[in-house]
Amino acid sequence: MEFLSDIASLINSTLRISTPLVFAAMAGIFAERSGVIDFSLEGKMLMAAFVAAVGSYYLGNPWLGLLLAMLACVSLSMLHGFASVTHRGDQVVSCVAINILIIGLTTALAAAWFGQAGLTPTLTGDQRFLEINLPFAQALSDIPIIGIIYSDILSGHYIFVYLAYLSVPIVYWVVFKTSFGLRVRAVGENPSAVDTAGINVFAMRYKALAINGVLIAFAGAHLSTAVNANFFREMSAGRGYLALAAMIFGKWHPKTALIACLLFGFTDALQIRLQGVELPVVGEIPVQLIQAIPYILTVVLLAGFVGKAIAPNAIGQPYIKER
Amino acid sequence: MVSPILELTNINKSFGHVHANKDINLTINKGTIHGIIGENGAGKSTLMSIVFGLYQANSGEIKINGKETKLRSPKDSIVNGIGMVHQHFMLVENFTVLENIILGFEGETVFGAKLEKAKADLKKLCETYNFNIDLDATISDLSVGFRQRVEILKSLYRGAEILILDEPTGVLTPQEVDELFKILRSLKEEGKTIVLITHKLIEIMDLTSQVSVMRQGEMVGHTKTEETNKEKLAEMMVGRSVLLRVDKSEAKKGEVVFKVNDLSVKDDLDVIRVKNINLEIRSGEILGIAGVTGNGQTELLEALSGIRKVESGSIELFNKKISDKQNYLNPKMLKEKGLAHVPEDRQRMGLISDFKAYENLIFGYHDQEPFSKSSILKHKEIHEHSYKVMKEYDVRPNSPNLITSNFSGGNQQKIILSRELNENPKVLLVGQPTRGVDIGAIEFIHQRLIDMRDKGAAILLASVELDEVLSLSDRIIVMFDGKIVGEKDNKNVTDRELGLLMAGVTE
Repeated sequence: MEFLSDIASLINSTLRISTPLVFAAMAGIFAERSGVIDFSLEGKMLMAAFVAAVGSYYLGNPWLGLLLAMLACVSLSMLHGFASVTHRGDQVVSCVAINILIIGLTTALAAAWFGQAGLTPTLTGDQRFLEINLPFAQALSDIPIIGIIYSDILSGHYIFVYLAYLSVPIVYWVVFKTSFGLRVRAVGENPSAVDTAGINVFAMRYKALAINGVLIAFAGAHLSTAVNANFFREMSAGRGYLALAAMIFGKWHPKTALIACLLFGFTDALQIRLQGVELPVVGEIPVQLIQAIPYILTVVLLAGFVGKAIAPNAIGQPYIKER
Repeated sequence: MVSPILELTNINKSFGHVHANKDINLTINKGTIHGIIGENGAGKSTLMSIVFGLYQANSGEIKINGKETKLRSPKDSIVNGIGMVHQHFMLVENFTVLENIILGFEGETVFGAKLEKAKADLKKLCETYNFNIDLDATISDLSVGFRQRVEILKSLYRGAEILILDEPTGVLTPQEVDELFKILRSLKEEGKTIVLITHKLIEIMDLTSQVSVMRQGEMVGHTKTEETNKEKLAEMMVGRSVLLRVDKSEAKKGEVVFKVNDLSVKDDLDVIRVKNINLEIRSGEILGIAGVTGNGQTELLEALSGIRKVESGSIELFNKKISDKQNYLNPKMLKEKGLAHVPEDRQRMGLISDFKAYENLIFGYHDQEPFSKSSILKHKEIHEHSYKVMKEYDVRPNSPNLITSNFSGGNQQKIILSRELNENPKVLLVGQPTRGVDIGAIEFIHQRLIDMRDKGAAILLASVELDEVLSLSDRIIVMFDGKIVGEKDNKNVTDRELGLLMAGVTE
């Protein structure tokens, strides 16, 4: 039984740890499918975490914090669009600028407002999202298998965990089953074809970026108002880049990107679980090595196992109408 | 009763300092096929892009069916019944035919009933015009000819009454051209109006009833096709009389200087693209390679010029083996042995477009005297040389310090040619020498190649322009699917015969 509950808790943490990755990967899919590189997922996630924490603290409601985080992230996406869509700037440079800006901005603002460099006050009570216990979780917990799946794995997560996995089929549906999705994909493959079909290429890219901003806000809010009770310096800790890798690994497709996110989440959950554990033959593995597993995996997967990841054809290229 | 469907009055359009369209007037009658002819850069495509709403004119008036209309975007034009098939197809390659056609005209937010209706409507359209297109096929799986049909179908589905085709035959085999013309004629029968932009005189004579000629941004004349002929049109286009056939004497063939034995070559994706090719070229002759793009000509030329690895077989220069799978000479060594190469893709391989003309004029030879000494470039000599050859090759403007991308296509090609021919190579490999080059420059380039031949060079010429291969070559081989499917003497071959070979039909 202990083995089973170990597995259950591993899966449980995989779901939780993967959550921000899933939101970020879905956000990335919208931007990149429309032909705009989004290297700034990391910065936007950090911004969302900061704004959500501050918003919840002052307004006393985490939902309002989330709303503000969305506004902040959409603004950053628009900034990225203004630089790289309207003014045809280099998309990677624009993203790097955003990432650097946000690291400094969040630290500085936290210091100015709360007197602590890079820390926001701890959220208490209603200022924070709480874990949701699914109905009858307690009652069903003793039933074998079903009890473990329902009560130990599925129940007891923050709202964001459920929303993240719900977002995947929605993103899939929007991208592949609606005319909006068709246009987003077309504009990332061949913007000239979209232009000659009488659709405004620039407007399409801005719309996709706006959705990107909304989605990434969830990831940040999850970090600072759900799993943690405050914002701290660089708390996104590379998750934005990891999500980007997952999205590429998933070939810009929601379903496969989800699998990649879960894989990264799982290795992270595993490394936490393995810390300090004596393994047969090898003995205790140094913590540093264990912590490096997700990143080593990323490199290995991206370098070797993905095969040729075919990016949207027009990605990274600003659209020039007249030449 | 003829009634104008499209009238343009005093259209002007400038890009920066370039006045692409000057006071253009044009009337197109309903139910006709109207040709617009002119050299590259004459402003034909710009004019039609204005009609299609892609560009906005700086001044001027557009009337459709006698009513003044503002065309601010392609949407306005499509709504007003104008469709355009662009030179480079406006298709999303990894979408299906259906997805490409409904793009922008989905009619519903979530795909469902309207999609089914669109399918049914399209099937009917396909039957009417005998299109034979599978709506669920992915564009990347379709041949160029079919992609073009998808473009036409797309315009028709969107309600086009006026269909503009921009250089539609550039990428087609002669058979595909015939098919296209059949389609265009049947569209005309149905009462559609067709505007054909081309620089090929033969197409104008074949298909159109009216023709308008453009030169350097201006409309230089309108005429009924039956009242003119090729020579007259060419003169209007260029502004002086041109030779349509290259003037050349009988080839004085010498020794075999270049020989290819059982050569196979792979492309970047490890697919064999050249399959067991044998050929030999004698000094003083031009061997032409005809074929539709993508049948291995590119890989063959790259392997022969030392850019691409040989998979099997060997290459001989002056009876000495220079390359096989194990040993090969790089382009620099080949140059030293007297082999020069004018690459197919001048933007990608022939030139560095962001560099100045004089730099491109000496590339590959820059480490030789007189251009450099002890690894130091000698600018004075380079500039003197540049002025001299640019004058000799009539590169306009004659300014070696101008950035190369600011020259027109024809002048860029002359820059490459002057660089490669300057050393009097014994063997010359030429790919697509006149792609995107205007008539005046084509004439010049052709004459230079003939001069090289008469000086005793062995020339291998690969071109997708059948006319070019026919008028320059002494012998012609046809490549299809990586193999040589036929060899003909230039004296007794018709373009029909070659066309069949190019399509892979061997009797």
